[in-house]
Amino acid sequence: MRKTVVPFGPQHPVLPEPIHLKLTIEDERVTEAIPNLGYVHRGLERLADVRDFHQMIQVVERVCGICSVIHALCYCQGVEELMGVEVPPRARYLRVMWSELHRVQSHLLWLGLFADSFGFESLFMQFWRVRERIMDISEATTGNRVIVSVNVIGGVRRNPDAEQLRWLLTQLDWVEAEIQRLETTMLEDYTVKKRTVGKGVLTSEKAYELGAVGPVLRGSGVAQDTRQTGYAAYGELHFEPVVETGGDCFARSKVRFREALASIDLIRRAISRLPDGEVRAKIKGKDDPQGETVMRVEQPRGELLYYLKGKGEKNLDRVRIRTPTFANIPPLLVMLPGLYLSDVPVVTLSIDPCISCTER
Amino acid sequence: MREEIIPVSADTLVGEVAKLKVQGYRLVTLSCTELDASQVDILYHFDKGLSLKHLRLTAAKTIPVPSISPVFFAALLIENEIQDLFGLRFEGLVVDFQGALYLEEEALKTPFCRFSLRTAAPSAVQGERAESPNP
Repeated sequence: MRKTVVPFGPQHPVLPEPIHLKLTIEDERVTEAIPNLGYVHRGLERLADVRDFHQMIQVVERVCGICSVIHALCYCQGVEELMGVEVPPRARYLRVMWSELHRVQSHLLWLGLFADSFGFESLFMQFWRVRERIMDISEATTGNRVIVSVNVIGGVRRNPDAEQLRWLLTQLDWVEAEIQRLETTMLEDYTVKKRTVGKGVLTSEKAYELGAVGPVLRGSGVAQDTRQTGYAAYGELHFEPVVETGGDCFARSKVRFREALASIDLIRRAISRLPDGEVRAKIKGKDDPQGETVMRVEQPRGELLYYLKGKGEKNLDRVRIRTPTFANIPPLLVMLPGLYLSDVPVVTLSIDPCISCTER
Repeated sequence: MREEIIPVSADTLVGEVAKLKVQGYRLVTLSCTELDASQVDILYHFDKGLSLKHLRLTAAKTIPVPSISPVFFAALLIENEIQDLFGLRFEGLVVDFQGALYLEEEALKTPFCRFSLRTAAPSAVQGERAESPNP
Protein backbone atom coordinates (compact mmCIF):
# COMPACT_ATOMS: atom_id res chain seq x y z
CA MET A 1 0.00 0.00 0.00
CA ARG A 2 1.28 3.44 -0.93
CA LYS A 3 2.12 5.73 2.00
CA THR A 4 0.95 9.33 2.14
CA VAL A 5 2.06 11.96 4.63
CA VAL A 6 -0.73 14.27 5.78
CA PRO A 7 -0.05 17.36 7.90
CA PHE A 8 -2.54 17.71 10.78
CA GLY A 9 -2.25 21.27 12.09
CA PRO A 10 -0.66 23.56 13.11
CA GLN A 11 -3.92 25.30 12.15
CA HIS A 12 -6.96 23.03 12.30
CA PRO A 13 -10.65 23.70 13.11
CA VAL A 14 -10.52 21.52 16.27
CA LEU A 15 -7.27 23.05 17.53
CA PRO A 16 -7.56 26.42 19.22
CA GLU A 17 -3.76 26.49 19.45
CA PRO A 18 -0.98 25.40 17.11
CA ILE A 19 0.48 21.91 17.16
CA HIS A 20 1.53 19.94 14.10
CA LEU A 21 1.26 16.19 13.71
CA LYS A 22 2.91 14.60 10.70
CA LEU A 23 0.60 11.68 9.96
CA THR A 24 1.71 8.84 7.74
CA ILE A 25 -1.35 7.08 6.32
CA GLU A 26 -1.96 3.97 4.25
CA ASP A 27 -5.32 4.08 2.50
CA GLU A 28 -7.34 5.93 5.20
CA ARG A 29 -5.56 4.54 8.24
CA VAL A 30 -2.84 6.25 10.25
CA THR A 31 0.36 4.22 10.54
CA GLU A 32 2.62 6.75 12.27
CA ALA A 33 2.33 10.14 13.98
CA ILE A 34 5.27 12.49 14.63
CA PRO A 35 4.66 15.73 16.56
CA ASN A 36 6.16 19.11 15.82
CA LEU A 37 6.13 21.79 18.50
CA GLY A 38 7.55 25.25 19.00
CA TYR A 39 5.17 27.51 17.09
CA VAL A 40 4.49 29.66 20.16
CA HIS A 41 7.23 28.69 22.63
CA ARG A 42 7.79 31.55 25.11
CA GLY A 43 10.64 30.43 27.37
CA LEU A 44 8.75 31.61 30.47
CA GLU A 45 10.85 29.44 32.82
CA ARG A 46 13.89 31.53 31.99
CA LEU A 47 12.15 34.70 33.21
CA ALA A 48 13.15 33.58 36.72
CA ASP A 49 16.51 35.20 35.90
CA VAL A 50 14.98 38.67 35.73
CA ARG A 51 11.80 38.41 37.84
CA ASP A 52 12.05 37.84 41.58
CA PHE A 53 10.24 34.96 43.26
CA HIS A 54 7.16 37.12 44.02
CA GLN A 55 6.92 38.47 40.46
CA MET A 56 7.22 34.92 39.08
CA ILE A 57 3.67 34.23 40.33
CA GLN A 58 2.35 36.52 37.59
CA VAL A 59 4.56 34.75 35.06
CA VAL A 60 3.44 31.22 35.96
CA GLU A 61 -0.21 32.32 35.91
CA ARG A 62 0.33 33.12 32.27
CA VAL A 63 1.62 29.67 31.39
CA CYS A 64 -2.05 28.85 30.91
CA GLY A 65 -5.07 31.07 31.48
CA ILE A 66 -7.54 28.22 31.84
CA CYS A 67 -5.73 26.80 34.87
CA SER A 68 -3.86 29.88 36.08
CA VAL A 69 -4.93 29.41 39.72
CA ILE A 70 -3.47 25.92 39.80
CA HIS A 71 -0.15 26.96 38.24
CA ALA A 72 0.19 29.70 40.84
CA LEU A 73 -0.85 27.32 43.62
CA CYS A 74 1.82 24.79 42.66
CA TYR A 75 4.49 27.47 42.39
CA CYS A 76 3.53 29.14 45.69
CA GLN A 77 3.45 25.81 47.53
CA GLY A 78 6.95 25.08 46.23
CA VAL A 79 8.35 28.46 47.34
CA GLU A 80 6.57 28.12 50.69
CA GLU A 81 8.29 24.79 51.20
CA LEU A 82 11.69 26.28 50.36
CA MET A 83 11.10 29.16 52.79
CA GLY A 84 9.43 27.11 55.53
CA VAL A 85 6.21 29.14 55.42
CA GLU A 86 3.08 27.70 57.06
CA VAL A 87 -0.08 28.69 55.18
CA PRO A 88 -3.13 29.59 57.35
CA PRO A 89 -5.91 26.92 57.26
CA ARG A 90 -8.52 29.31 55.78
CA ALA A 91 -6.17 30.08 52.88
CA ARG A 92 -5.65 26.36 52.20
CA TYR A 93 -9.43 25.83 51.95
CA LEU A 94 -9.88 28.89 49.74
CA ARG A 95 -7.13 27.59 47.47
CA VAL A 96 -9.17 24.39 47.05
CA MET A 97 -12.31 26.41 46.31
CA TRP A 98 -10.73 28.47 43.54
CA SER A 99 -8.83 25.47 42.14
CA GLU A 100 -12.05 23.48 41.82
CA LEU A 101 -13.90 26.42 40.26
CA HIS A 102 -11.13 26.48 37.67
CA ARG A 103 -11.48 22.73 37.14
CA VAL A 104 -15.24 23.05 36.53
CA GLN A 105 -14.85 25.85 33.99
CA SER A 106 -11.96 24.06 32.27
CA HIS A 107 -13.93 20.82 31.97
CA LEU A 108 -17.02 22.65 30.70
CA LEU A 109 -14.87 24.45 28.16
CA TRP A 110 -13.42 21.14 27.00
CA LEU A 111 -16.78 19.33 26.93
CA GLY A 112 -18.08 22.10 24.65
CA LEU A 113 -15.03 21.97 22.38
CA PHE A 114 -15.22 18.18 22.27
CA ALA A 115 -18.89 18.30 21.20
CA ASP A 116 -17.91 20.82 18.54
CA SER A 117 -15.15 18.49 17.27
CA PHE A 118 -17.76 15.99 16.11
CA GLY A 119 -20.17 18.64 14.88
CA PHE A 120 -22.58 18.84 17.83
CA GLU A 121 -22.70 22.63 17.96
CA SER A 122 -25.81 23.05 20.11
CA LEU A 123 -24.21 20.89 22.83
CA PHE A 124 -21.07 23.05 22.55
CA MET A 125 -23.21 26.13 23.10
CA GLN A 126 -24.99 24.62 26.12
CA PHE A 127 -21.76 23.70 27.93
CA TRP A 128 -20.29 27.16 27.32
CA ARG A 129 -23.53 28.80 28.47
CA VAL A 130 -23.23 26.99 31.82
CA ARG A 131 -19.51 27.81 32.02
CA GLU A 132 -20.29 31.52 31.90
CA ARG A 133 -21.81 31.28 35.39
CA ILE A 134 -18.50 29.96 36.76
CA MET A 135 -16.73 32.88 35.12
CA ASP A 136 -19.21 35.20 36.85
CA ILE A 137 -18.38 33.54 40.19
CA SER A 138 -14.66 34.02 39.53
CA GLU A 139 -15.20 37.67 38.71
CA ALA A 140 -17.34 38.25 41.81
CA THR A 141 -14.92 36.56 44.21
CA THR A 142 -11.59 37.65 42.73
CA GLY A 143 -12.22 40.59 40.40
CA ASN A 144 -11.19 38.70 37.28
CA ARG A 145 -12.77 36.09 35.02
CA VAL A 146 -9.82 34.06 33.74
CA ILE A 147 -6.47 34.93 35.31
CA VAL A 148 -7.80 35.46 38.81
CA SER A 149 -4.46 36.02 40.60
CA VAL A 150 -5.48 35.02 44.12
CA ASN A 151 -2.42 33.04 45.20
CA VAL A 152 0.50 34.72 46.93
CA ILE A 153 3.45 33.31 48.84
CA GLY A 154 1.96 32.48 52.24
CA GLY A 155 -1.72 32.26 51.29
CA VAL A 156 -4.29 34.10 49.18
CA ARG A 157 -4.99 37.77 48.60
CA ARG A 158 -8.83 37.64 48.70
CA ASN A 159 -11.10 36.71 51.58
CA PRO A 160 -14.74 36.27 50.56
CA ASP A 161 -17.25 37.00 53.33
CA ALA A 162 -20.17 34.82 54.42
CA GLU A 163 -22.70 36.61 52.21
CA GLN A 164 -20.51 36.17 49.12
CA LEU A 165 -20.06 32.47 49.89
CA ARG A 166 -23.84 32.00 50.32
CA TRP A 167 -24.38 33.62 46.93
CA LEU A 168 -21.65 31.40 45.44
CA LEU A 169 -23.39 28.26 46.74
CA THR A 170 -26.73 29.27 45.16
CA GLN A 171 -24.93 29.82 41.84
CA LEU A 172 -23.33 26.39 42.14
CA ASP A 173 -26.76 24.80 42.65
CA TRP A 174 -27.81 26.28 39.32
CA VAL A 175 -24.58 25.13 37.60
CA GLU A 176 -24.96 21.61 38.96
CA ALA A 177 -28.59 21.33 37.82
CA GLU A 178 -27.68 22.60 34.34
CA ILE A 179 -24.77 20.15 33.99
CA GLN A 180 -27.02 17.28 35.08
CA ARG A 181 -29.56 18.31 32.40
CA LEU A 182 -26.85 17.73 29.79
CA GLU A 183 -25.89 14.30 31.12
CA THR A 184 -28.30 12.30 28.96
CA THR A 185 -27.10 14.01 25.78
CA MET A 186 -23.39 13.84 26.57
CA LEU A 187 -23.28 10.30 27.92
CA GLU A 188 -26.15 8.48 26.21
CA ASP A 189 -26.71 10.12 22.84
CA TYR A 190 -26.28 7.80 19.86
CA THR A 191 -24.27 10.31 17.81
CA VAL A 192 -21.86 11.09 20.65
CA LYS A 193 -21.25 7.41 21.33
CA LYS A 194 -20.83 6.62 17.64
CA ARG A 195 -17.95 9.11 17.39
CA THR A 196 -16.27 8.34 20.73
CA VAL A 197 -16.79 4.76 21.92
CA GLY A 198 -13.85 2.51 20.99
CA LYS A 199 -11.84 5.41 19.50
CA GLY A 200 -8.27 6.02 20.63
CA VAL A 201 -8.16 3.14 23.11
CA LEU A 202 -5.38 3.17 25.69
CA THR A 203 -5.12 0.22 28.08
CA SER A 204 -4.37 0.88 31.74
CA GLU A 205 -0.91 -0.74 31.39
CA LYS A 206 -0.02 1.40 28.37
CA ALA A 207 -1.41 4.58 29.94
CA TYR A 208 0.73 4.08 33.03
CA GLU A 209 3.85 3.04 31.15
CA LEU A 210 3.62 5.98 28.74
CA GLY A 211 3.30 8.47 31.58
CA ALA A 212 -0.30 9.54 30.84
CA VAL A 213 -1.81 11.87 33.43
CA GLY A 214 -5.19 13.23 34.47
CA PRO A 215 -8.42 12.17 32.77
CA VAL A 216 -6.39 10.28 30.12
CA LEU A 217 -4.89 8.07 32.86
CA ARG A 218 -8.09 7.77 34.91
CA GLY A 219 -10.17 7.11 31.77
CA SER A 220 -7.98 4.04 31.32
CA GLY A 221 -8.84 2.71 34.76
CA VAL A 222 -5.86 3.93 36.81
CA ALA A 223 -7.08 5.53 40.05
CA GLN A 224 -4.33 8.12 40.36
CA ASP A 225 -4.96 11.79 41.04
CA THR A 226 -2.41 14.12 42.63
CA ARG A 227 -5.14 15.49 44.93
CA GLN A 228 -4.88 12.15 46.75
CA THR A 229 -1.57 13.40 48.21
CA GLY A 230 -3.66 15.81 50.29
CA TYR A 231 -1.99 19.11 49.34
CA ALA A 232 -3.74 22.40 50.29
CA ALA A 233 -6.85 21.14 52.14
CA TYR A 234 -7.64 18.07 49.98
CA GLY A 235 -6.40 15.76 52.73
CA GLU A 236 -9.23 16.99 54.98
CA LEU A 237 -12.01 16.79 52.37
CA HIS A 238 -12.17 13.00 51.79
CA PHE A 239 -11.27 13.29 48.12
CA GLU A 240 -11.87 10.27 45.86
CA PRO A 241 -10.69 10.21 42.21
CA VAL A 242 -13.14 9.69 39.33
CA VAL A 243 -12.21 6.60 37.33
CA GLU A 244 -13.57 4.99 34.14
CA THR A 245 -12.31 1.82 32.57
CA GLY A 246 -13.12 2.09 28.84
CA GLY A 247 -9.79 3.72 27.92
CA ASP A 248 -11.37 5.39 24.88
CA CYS A 249 -12.52 8.93 24.00
CA PHE A 250 -15.91 8.25 25.59
CA ALA A 251 -14.32 7.18 28.90
CA ARG A 252 -12.14 10.29 28.96
CA SER A 253 -15.14 12.56 28.36
CA LYS A 254 -17.09 10.69 31.05
CA VAL A 255 -14.28 11.27 33.55
CA ARG A 256 -14.31 15.00 32.83
CA PHE A 257 -18.10 15.19 32.99
CA ARG A 258 -18.21 13.40 36.36
CA GLU A 259 -15.22 15.41 37.65
CA ALA A 260 -17.08 18.66 36.98
CA LEU A 261 -19.86 17.48 39.30
CA ALA A 262 -17.37 16.08 41.84
CA SER A 263 -15.60 19.46 41.93
CA ILE A 264 -18.87 21.18 42.80
CA ASP A 265 -19.22 18.76 45.73
CA LEU A 266 -15.65 19.53 46.81
CA ILE A 267 -16.32 23.29 46.73
CA ARG A 268 -19.42 22.80 48.90
CA ARG A 269 -17.42 20.68 51.37
CA ALA A 270 -14.57 23.22 51.45
CA ILE A 271 -16.99 26.09 52.12
CA SER A 272 -18.91 24.17 54.78
CA ARG A 273 -15.66 23.49 56.68
CA LEU A 274 -13.99 26.82 55.95
CA PRO A 275 -12.12 27.85 59.11
CA ASP A 276 -12.09 31.45 60.33
CA GLY A 277 -8.89 33.40 60.58
CA GLU A 278 -6.11 34.92 58.51
CA VAL A 279 -5.66 34.16 54.82
CA ARG A 280 -2.02 35.18 54.46
CA ALA A 281 1.03 34.28 56.53
CA LYS A 282 3.64 36.95 57.15
CA ILE A 283 6.88 36.24 55.27
CA LYS A 284 8.67 39.49 56.01
CA GLY A 285 12.02 38.80 57.60
CA LYS A 286 12.26 35.24 56.29
CA ASP A 287 15.27 34.22 54.23
CA ASP A 288 14.92 34.13 50.45
CA PRO A 289 14.22 30.66 48.96
CA GLN A 290 17.14 28.25 49.17
CA GLY A 291 17.51 24.59 48.22
CA GLU A 292 15.44 22.57 45.77
CA THR A 293 11.99 21.04 45.78
CA VAL A 294 9.53 19.22 43.54
CA MET A 295 5.88 20.17 43.91
CA ARG A 296 2.97 18.44 42.23
CA VAL A 297 -0.71 19.38 41.98
CA GLU A 298 -3.63 18.21 39.84
CA GLN A 299 -4.59 20.50 36.98
CA PRO A 300 -7.83 19.90 35.04
CA ARG A 301 -5.66 18.16 32.41
CA GLY A 302 -3.66 16.15 34.92
CA GLU A 303 -0.57 16.17 37.08
CA LEU A 304 1.42 19.40 37.03
CA LEU A 305 5.00 19.41 38.32
CA TYR A 306 7.22 22.32 39.34
CA TYR A 307 10.90 21.84 40.11
CA LEU A 308 12.21 24.90 41.94
CA LYS A 309 15.79 25.63 42.91
CA GLY A 310 16.65 28.60 45.07
CA LYS A 311 20.07 30.07 45.84
CA GLY A 312 19.15 32.27 48.81
CA GLU A 313 18.48 35.28 46.57
CA LYS A 314 15.40 37.08 45.25
CA ASN A 315 15.74 35.29 41.91
CA LEU A 316 15.31 31.54 41.74
CA ASP A 317 18.11 29.58 40.12
CA ARG A 318 15.69 27.34 38.20
CA VAL A 319 11.95 27.09 37.60
CA ARG A 320 11.10 23.97 35.65
CA ILE A 321 7.47 23.32 34.70
CA ARG A 322 6.17 19.95 33.42
CA THR A 323 2.63 20.49 32.21
CA PRO A 324 0.08 17.68 31.74
CA THR A 325 -0.31 18.08 27.97
CA PHE A 326 3.44 17.55 27.56
CA ALA A 327 3.03 14.23 29.38
CA ASN A 328 -0.02 13.24 27.33
CA ILE A 329 1.54 13.71 23.89
CA PRO A 330 3.53 10.40 23.92
CA PRO A 331 0.33 8.43 24.76
CA LEU A 332 -1.42 10.29 21.90
CA LEU A 333 1.32 9.19 19.49
CA VAL A 334 0.56 5.58 20.49
CA MET A 335 -3.22 6.03 20.25
CA LEU A 336 -3.28 7.39 16.70
CA PRO A 337 -1.78 4.52 14.62
CA GLY A 338 -4.56 2.24 13.38
CA LEU A 339 -7.23 4.96 13.41
CA TYR A 340 -9.11 6.31 10.42
CA LEU A 341 -7.93 9.79 9.48
CA SER A 342 -11.45 11.10 10.19
CA ASP A 343 -11.11 10.09 13.86
CA VAL A 344 -7.79 11.91 14.41
CA PRO A 345 -9.35 15.29 15.37
CA VAL A 346 -11.66 13.71 17.97
CA VAL A 347 -8.92 11.52 19.48
CA THR A 348 -6.42 14.41 19.53
CA LEU A 349 -8.93 16.60 21.33
CA SER A 350 -9.68 13.82 23.81
CA ILE A 351 -6.36 14.48 25.62
CA ASP A 352 -7.52 18.11 26.10
CA PRO A 353 -4.36 19.50 24.49
CA CYS A 354 -3.23 22.82 25.92
CA ILE A 355 -0.45 24.14 23.75
CA SER A 356 -0.16 27.29 25.85
CA CYS A 357 0.93 25.00 28.71
CA THR A 358 3.15 22.88 26.49
CA GLU A 359 4.87 25.88 24.93
CA ARG A 360 5.42 27.57 28.30
CA MET B 1 14.14 17.81 48.68
CA ARG B 2 12.04 15.49 50.82
CA GLU B 3 12.28 12.45 48.55
CA GLU B 4 15.13 10.03 47.92
CA ILE B 5 17.73 11.13 45.34
CA ILE B 6 20.00 8.47 43.88
CA PRO B 7 23.21 9.74 42.24
CA VAL B 8 23.98 8.02 38.93
CA SER B 9 26.69 8.25 36.29
CA ALA B 10 26.26 8.12 32.52
CA ASP B 11 27.35 4.45 32.66
CA THR B 12 24.83 3.36 35.28
CA LEU B 13 21.90 5.61 34.24
CA VAL B 14 20.06 3.33 31.82
CA GLY B 15 20.48 0.31 34.11
CA GLU B 16 19.03 2.20 37.10
CA VAL B 17 16.13 3.48 34.99
CA ALA B 18 15.39 -0.04 33.72
CA LYS B 19 15.44 -1.28 37.33
CA LEU B 20 12.88 1.35 38.35
CA LYS B 21 10.67 0.36 35.43
CA VAL B 22 10.73 -3.26 36.57
CA GLN B 23 9.83 -2.09 40.10
CA GLY B 24 6.70 -0.43 38.68
CA TYR B 25 7.75 3.21 38.55
CA ARG B 26 6.56 5.56 35.82
CA LEU B 27 8.63 8.41 34.41
CA VAL B 28 7.27 11.80 35.45
CA THR B 29 9.83 14.06 33.77
CA LEU B 30 13.44 15.28 33.66
CA SER B 31 14.62 18.62 35.06
CA CYS B 32 17.81 20.09 33.65
CA THR B 33 19.75 22.89 35.36
CA GLU B 34 22.92 24.52 34.15
CA LEU B 35 25.61 24.34 36.85
CA ASP B 36 28.47 26.22 35.17
CA ALA B 37 30.04 26.73 31.76
CA SER B 38 30.77 23.05 31.30
CA GLN B 39 28.24 21.04 33.35
CA VAL B 40 24.52 20.47 33.74
CA ASP B 41 22.55 18.70 36.42
CA ILE B 42 19.74 16.39 35.26
CA LEU B 43 17.14 15.11 37.70
CA TYR B 44 15.08 12.14 36.53
CA HIS B 45 11.74 12.12 38.42
CA PHE B 46 9.85 8.83 38.85
CA ASP B 47 6.56 8.06 40.57
CA LYS B 48 4.99 4.99 42.09
CA GLY B 49 1.74 5.24 44.03
CA LEU B 50 2.15 9.02 44.25
CA SER B 51 5.61 8.71 45.89
CA LEU B 52 8.50 10.28 44.05
CA LYS B 53 12.02 8.98 43.56
CA HIS B 54 14.75 10.93 41.75
CA LEU B 55 17.98 10.05 39.96
CA ARG B 56 20.61 12.76 39.71
CA LEU B 57 23.10 12.85 36.86
CA THR B 58 25.77 15.53 36.59
CA ALA B 59 26.86 15.61 32.98
CA ALA B 60 29.41 17.45 30.87
CA LYS B 61 27.72 19.56 28.19
CA THR B 62 30.00 18.29 25.46
CA ILE B 63 29.64 14.53 26.09
CA PRO B 64 26.43 12.84 24.87
CA VAL B 65 24.16 11.45 27.60
CA PRO B 66 22.56 8.02 27.07
CA SER B 67 18.89 8.40 26.21
CA ILE B 68 16.34 6.61 28.39
CA SER B 69 13.67 6.84 25.67
CA PRO B 70 14.23 3.17 24.62
CA VAL B 71 13.20 2.24 28.21
CA PHE B 72 10.56 4.94 28.76
CA PHE B 73 9.05 6.16 25.47
CA ALA B 74 7.68 9.14 27.45
CA ALA B 75 11.24 10.54 27.68
CA LEU B 76 11.25 11.20 23.93
CA LEU B 77 9.93 14.78 24.00
CA ILE B 78 11.65 15.72 27.27
CA GLU B 79 15.11 14.75 26.06
CA ASN B 80 14.53 16.49 22.74
CA GLU B 81 13.46 19.60 24.64
CA ILE B 82 16.69 19.55 26.69
CA GLN B 83 18.67 19.23 23.46
CA ASP B 84 16.99 22.40 22.20
CA LEU B 85 17.18 24.46 25.35
CA PHE B 86 20.55 23.40 26.78
CA GLY B 87 22.45 22.16 23.75
CA LEU B 88 23.06 18.77 25.31
CA ARG B 89 23.12 15.67 23.09
CA PHE B 90 21.27 12.44 23.92
CA GLU B 91 22.53 9.24 22.39
CA GLY B 92 20.00 6.62 21.26
CA LEU B 93 16.87 8.78 21.19
CA VAL B 94 13.96 6.88 19.58
CA VAL B 95 13.10 9.99 17.54
CA ASP B 96 15.88 12.57 17.38
CA PHE B 97 14.83 16.05 16.29
CA GLN B 98 18.53 17.04 16.24
CA GLY B 99 17.93 20.15 18.33
CA ALA B 100 14.98 21.30 16.21
CA LEU B 101 11.95 20.25 18.27
CA TYR B 102 11.31 23.92 19.05
CA LEU B 103 14.05 25.87 17.39
CA GLU B 104 14.05 27.13 13.86
CA GLU B 105 17.43 27.54 12.21
CA GLU B 106 17.60 31.27 12.82
CA ALA B 107 16.63 30.98 16.52
CA LEU B 108 19.10 31.38 19.34
CA LYS B 109 20.72 28.06 20.15
CA THR B 110 20.74 26.83 23.79
CA PRO B 111 18.49 29.67 25.00
CA PHE B 112 18.37 28.30 28.57
CA CYS B 113 22.14 28.39 29.05
CA ARG B 114 23.60 31.34 30.93
CA PHE B 115 27.07 30.27 29.80
CA SER B 116 26.71 30.25 26.04
CA LEU B 117 28.79 28.00 23.81
CA ARG B 118 27.60 29.90 20.75
CA THR B 119 30.13 30.90 18.14
CA ALA B 120 28.01 33.54 16.34
CA ALA B 121 28.75 37.13 17.38
CA PRO B 122 25.84 38.38 19.51
CA SER B 123 26.43 42.01 18.52
CA ALA B 124 25.58 41.20 14.88
CA VAL B 125 22.21 39.74 15.92
CA GLN B 126 21.43 42.75 18.10
CA GLY B 127 22.42 45.09 15.29
CA GLU B 128 20.02 43.45 12.88
CA ARG B 129 17.19 43.74 15.36
CA ALA B 130 17.88 47.41 16.02
CA GLU B 131 17.65 48.24 12.32
CA SER B 132 14.44 46.30 11.81
CA PRO B 133 11.28 48.42 11.37
CA ASN B 134 9.31 45.81 13.35
CA PRO B 135 11.58 44.73 16.21
